[in-house]
Amino acid sequence: MAAETKIDPMHQFAISKIAELNVAGYDISFTTSALWMLIVLAVLWVFMLGGMKRELVPGRWQAMVEGVTGFVENMVSTSIGPEGRKFMPWVFSIFMFILFANLMGMMPLAVVGVHPFTVTSQFTVTGLLAIVSFSIVLIVGFWRHGFHFFSLFVPHGTPAPLLPLIFLVELISFLVRPFSLALRLFVAMIAGHILVEVFGSFVVQGINAGGAGIAISLLSFLFIAGVMALELLVAAIQAYVFALLTSLYINDAVNLH
Amino acid sequence: MDIEAAKVIGAGLAAIGVGAAGVGVGIVFGQFLQGALRNPAAADGQQGRLFIGFAAAELLGLIAFAVAMIILFVM
Repeated sequence: MAAETKIDPMHQFAISKIAELNVAGYDISFTTSALWMLIVLAVLWVFMLGGMKRELVPGRWQAMVEGVTGFVENMVSTSIGPEGRKFMPWVFSIFMFILFANLMGMMPLAVVGVHPFTVTSQFTVTGLLAIVSFSIVLIVGFWRHGFHFFSLFVPHGTPAPLLPLIFLVELISFLVRPFSLALRLFVAMIAGHILVEVFGSFVVQGINAGGAGIAISLLSFLFIAGVMALELLVAAIQAYVFALLTSLYINDAVNLH
Repeated sequence: MDIEAAKVIGAGLAAIGVGAAGVGVGIVFGQFLQGALRNPAAADGQQGRLFIGFAAAELLGLIAFAVAMIILFVM
């Protein structure tokens, strides 16, 4: 009985096609991932437009939106400095998109029969966000400093014999940045969802088993409640960390050391 | 040894890394709190650094988790 109901925690991340679409040999079908990206975008749009009425005395909604923009602006200006405002649109966009995507993936919509899909649990999505952030760093760095940008890899006061080694180490740590940026968000999301899925299966299996299984289901259920609270925190922290690290990397490109 | 059994043992060993990252995250927040309680006025300005340290420590645990998942589901 227990053996045939094997838990498959990875199934929830599988992408299924909604509308088949092939252009010039490339598969660009409309998938669940694309659908949920659009949903996240729509929710984000409603959230922002609702708070952009520019009332003199802000209502609750406007205060909420202004709180978020103020938070991101503060983060950008403290880590980049006075020039940080120029990069505000990108940092704010990724912060809000990641935050909303993380939260939308955790909405209890399964109660009404809709299975939410966490966009940020796909490495392609987080990888693309990280690559765009990294490209901004490269473009801004080379635009402003030219080949002087390479001095980023040589810390001040490095002894001459150590120079090649330090350069190599710094270069590698620089090149690994987009991977670590993308991997952190992607794995944090996957880990939380797998945990919830596994313990959710425990609840079902415990109830099916009956007897002492009911107690285990109850414990698992309470555990899920705790994990979900933690996941809400992680969703916010990962969005914050992604935006913070992006602004720090941009700071490297703008101000060098 | 059976390859399936070896896989499960390997995934379990990889999970140790997650615990080690737990120690790391605990140290980051613990030390921050220690410093913050000594000088609460300076604490708010250092929150960015706190989260950078947290992110760096957490990433290693997440990589250990990714290794376990790769062993279980990909290999």
